Amino acid sequence: MGIETLLSQIFNGLSLSSVLLLVGLGLSITFGIMGVINFAHGEFLMVGAYVVYVLQGLFNKFYGHGAAGLSFLISLPLSFFVAALLGFLLEKVLIRFLYGRPYEGILATWGCSLILQQAARNIFGANNVDVTSPKWLAGGVEAMPGLQLPYNRLFILALTTLCVVGIYLYLYRTAQGRRMRAVMQNRDMSACLGIRTRKVDTFTFALGSGLAGIAGCAVSLLGSIGPSTGQNYIIDAFMVVVLGGTGRLAGTIAGALVMGVLNPVFELISTSSMGKVILFILVILFLQGKPQGLFSLKTRALD
Amino acid sequence: MDTKPAKSAIFRFKWFALVMLLLALAPFFLSDFRLNLFGKFLTFAIVALGIDLIWGYAGILSLGHGVYFGLGAYCMGAYLKLQAEDLPDFMSWSGLTELPRFWKPFYHAWFALPMTLLIPMLFALLVGFPTFRARIKGVYFSILTQALALIFVTLFIGQQPYTGGTNGITNLQSIFGFSLAEPATMRGLYAVTVLMLGIAYLLCHWLTHTQLGKVLVAIRDGENRLRFLGYNPALFKVLIFAISAGLAGLAGALFVPQVGIISPSMMGILPSVEMAIWVAVGGRGTLKGAVIGAVLVNAAKSYFSENFPELWLYFLGVLFISFVLLFPQGIMGFWRKGRFKWMTSILRWRETRFARSSSPNGLPRKYH
Repeated sequence: MGIETLLSQIFNGLSLSSVLLLVGLGLSITFGIMGVINFAHGEFLMVGAYVVYVLQGLFNKFYGHGAAGLSFLISLPLSFFVAALLGFLLEKVLIRFLYGRPYEGILATWGCSLILQQAARNIFGANNVDVTSPKWLAGGVEAMPGLQLPYNRLFILALTTLCVVGIYLYLYRTAQGRRMRAVMQNRDMSACLGIRTRKVDTFTFALGSGLAGIAGCAVSLLGSIGPSTGQNYIIDAFMVVVLGGTGRLAGTIAGALVMGVLNPVFELISTSSMGKVILFILVILFLQGKPQGLFSLKTRALD
Repeated sequence: MDTKPAKSAIFRFKWFALVMLLLALAPFFLSDFRLNLFGKFLTFAIVALGIDLIWGYAGILSLGHGVYFGLGAYCMGAYLKLQAEDLPDFMSWSGLTELPRFWKPFYHAWFALPMTLLIPMLFALLVGFPTFRARIKGVYFSILTQALALIFVTLFIGQQPYTGGTNGITNLQSIFGFSLAEPATMRGLYAVTVLMLGIAYLLCHWLTHTQLGKVLVAIRDGENRLRFLGYNPALFKVLIFAISAGLAGLAGALFVPQVGIISPSMMGILPSVEMAIWVAVGGRGTLKGAVIGAVLVNAAKSYFSENFPELWLYFLGVLFISFVLLFPQGIMGFWRKGRFKWMTSILRWRETRFARSSSPNGLPRKYH
């Protein structure tokens, strides 16, 4: 096994990290702010991926096959908005009844995830479908002999960086982001100070869902997509949140990097099933020392 | 939990006795096929009892109980497989010529049968001790157990020569010399299942009515207070988690001969979450509810998969959501809280919603 194989595994791991980061950000923010872990979050990723697929189908129909690049660019914001709209509706109809009831939240959102998956199966069929990557994402950079960095993975890295910078600026440089952080730290006090916490909640949830939609676009570049696409990523995304700690951007980024990079590396040095086992054991051992995760909000509360 | 005045033993167990009688009479009015199906539901009821112990009483939601169910089932499957063939067929397909060393003891019933309980329990200790010691709780624990279920399925599928891979252990012929194709054997297995369910129920009833039961409820309602009183909640949690895993293992062992197959698809994430919903439907914190929920949800499942296979997942999804929103205390809670006044109870619940929302573990303020 050459150093090239290891490096290319690490590079592939980085694009996995990116997807996990986009999914994990939404999970972590909504958990931090509402105490609800959204088990249907993976399905927003699936919805985002299907938006790319549907839009490409429409473009192929009306503009011929040359327009894959344009349709992909358009589907980036579109899948954000579709997933965000879905998240908005879900929050209004269901999630708001579940605040502070994490176990009930798990079951109810899991129910949503089942319904959305089955709906995708009925609409698009049970088989996976392929999305043609835009032509300008074919090929890659030859970083060193035997190590090819594909453009589509580089694009995913850039996309994620852009999203994270955007979220950072939003959270720490805008008034709305400040309100969001305030609600995360102390809901009752924020409400007393005149922040409309209900509005913040809904908006946060929609934002997190939208990020998962963008992750769906990224996933559609990596391989075929299907009704269970969300399920493939959601468990790892949960582990990112557990490992990184909730409510801090840095924690989610660190958690996603660790999970995304170590996963393929362990799979390389052992078998693919043993790799997951090793990673899980490491996470458990790590949590022995830092049960709150890598980074967490400092709090004097007991629970 | 209940602080009703003590009643005489016979009166207190009247429901138990009645249900056990009905279950014992079931073979006389159910067809062989239905009886077999019902026996399967009753094994699930044993799992539900275990989940109710940890979730309903101790407030720990495990989303990975399929693992313990599967471990018990695989132990039993290994024993039954070795009764049929000296070298299991999937091993010879994968090129093994000799039985792996860790499979050999499963040839003996005296080893295999206790292991269906002990392996899940030991494994639960192994998982539970470090996590509970590190005070990982609530949703974090649920997520870790779910990841565990995923890892187990991946591992069992990946280790095809030793576990049978995706197909699992199939083609089981006989148990203790009785053919599994005979209806009489099935009736015997059904009787054993009923007996085991009865024992499991009494065990859980006893556990929850001792000091241990009070400590469990205290963990659920105010773990920190308990810690300040000098208890070590982690030890109690590990203990009850292991007992719960043992019950799931027992259920798995009873499941395999009745169904004739065990595969990773029966221990994965979806089956594990379904196990939690049985308890939620029946009513957390009531043992009767766990049994009722397991039987009812599975009866609905087999009804749907016989008649409208497409709709089952929709139904399951709606079931998850509707029970959480409309009957948070499950069927038993509904039954107890003035069954015809449920609309008012929903209204009352909506009022208390905001009181709960600010409390960290989702319980009403008065528990803190």
